[in-house]
Amino acid sequence: MTWGFLCDLLSGVNKYSTGIGRIWVAVVLIFRLLVYIVAAENIWKYEHDEFECNIRQPGCENVCFDHFFPVSHIRLWALQLIMVSTSSLLVTFHVVYRENREKRHNQKLYKSPGEIDGGLLCTYLISLVLKAGFEIVFLVLFYKLYNGFQVPHLVICDIRPCPNTVDCYISKPTEKTIFLYFLVASSCLCAVLNVSELSYLVCKCSVQRCLKRNIKKCQ
Amino acid sequence: MDWGALHTILGGVNKHSTSIGKIWLTVLFIFRIMILVVAAERVWGDEQDDFICNTLQPGCKNVCYDHFFPISHIRLWALQLIFVSTPALLVAMHVAYRRHEKKRQFRKGDQKCEYKDIEEIRRQRFRIEGSLWWTYTSSIFFRLVFEAVFMYAFYFMYDGFRMPRLMKCNAWPCPNTVDCFVSRPTEKTVFTIFMIAVSSICILLNVAELCYLLTKFFLRRSKKGGNAKHHPNHENKEETKQNEMNELISDSCQNTVIGFSS
Repeated sequence: MTWGFLCDLLSGVNKYSTGIGRIWVAVVLIFRLLVYIVAAENIWKYEHDEFECNIRQPGCENVCFDHFFPVSHIRLWALQLIMVSTSSLLVTFHVVYRENREKRHNQKLYKSPGEIDGGLLCTYLISLVLKAGFEIVFLVLFYKLYNGFQVPHLVICDIRPCPNTVDCYISKPTEKTIFLYFLVASSCLCAVLNVSELSYLVCKCSVQRCLKRNIKKCQ
Repeated sequence: MDWGALHTILGGVNKHSTSIGKIWLTVLFIFRIMILVVAAERVWGDEQDDFICNTLQPGCKNVCYDHFFPISHIRLWALQLIFVSTPALLVAMHVAYRRHEKKRQFRKGDQKCEYKDIEEIRRQRFRIEGSLWWTYTSSIFFRLVFEAVFMYAFYFMYDGFRMPRLMKCNAWPCPNTVDCFVSRPTEKTVFTIFMIAVSSICILLNVAELCYLLTKFFLRRSKKGGNAKHHPNHENKEETKQNEMNELISDSCQNTVIGFSS
């Protein structure tokens, strides 16, 4: 089980998406997943080994690293990608449910099982809300855990067993900061795309309902 | 998801590109992405481990490495390749949108629709004209801009394209000035110059493709103007013959490129 699985999942979801949804899938696959795999993972690969404290006291480095990085940036990034992508699974499950229902009853119950209308529209809107929600939750989590999106080059640590106050140096802080800003920008872009898609579908649905009401009135 | 997946995504765009576009795609995948993955990543693999400073002061090496390499060459190239490849997606989306419209027409049973079945619509290759011409030209323009921006960023950040053997560092907590030695500087310089050279070739190919598209556009416009005055049927036959020849040339180029890629 690797990132290829997530890639296949998103490609499958693409079939039942609107135009904006497809742009969202392209942004997630290329600007988030691909950047994560080919660049970001390698930056954080040896973060623990390269974390150095100005002390020889055994255990001090471990304790300080654990205190300042409770969950590594790269793991949070991976979790965010997984949670945001799997929200789209709701739509796929609903389409499969529709297709199974048609097979069971052996008749055409829907215009097309993949058409975004009726119950599938509600599911789609819920998945959009979940996606946008997860993006915002993870960005807030990043901000709260690390006091912003900047990685300092030095942290001051005074936890036992470190004697007194010790300077600890983080490896590649500038490169990590650049990629964190990239992550924030791509997350915000995806959240904006989700909100636009939500507004578009809600407006489309309202306009269609108004038209139907007017036609009924005329009749 | 890796570079192979990007190859699959962009491979679809290849069908609707000009001959120069197909050459560009081949150069991108073979001389840039493949070199990055099989060679450059190994050369830069041990960059921080083997970056050695002439001091025992803890933290000095980290701080000096961060000061001289704010973003690693390898990551900058990876970002450059991703940004340079993505404008081609604009073309892929436009083609997908056109196919979607044609499928809708076909399903409605439009008499104007000239296709026999949906498979034919899927297999059809669209000519680069009309709105697709504008999308294609914009994608080339964005590619050029991204290439130029990244090359400039590279030059600006590393003061040229040469990797020095020795760097003098006096950032805190290093005591006074400290000598720091970079690992494999000559090999890194060779690969940097190679990647810059191939970037330049890609820029030239993009410029050539842009000129070719603009020339074709103005020629078509002047022919249309001429057609309105003179013999439309004769001019159309000539154009049709030329179009068939262009198709044959681009198809043979495509087969050559597929041969290269496989």
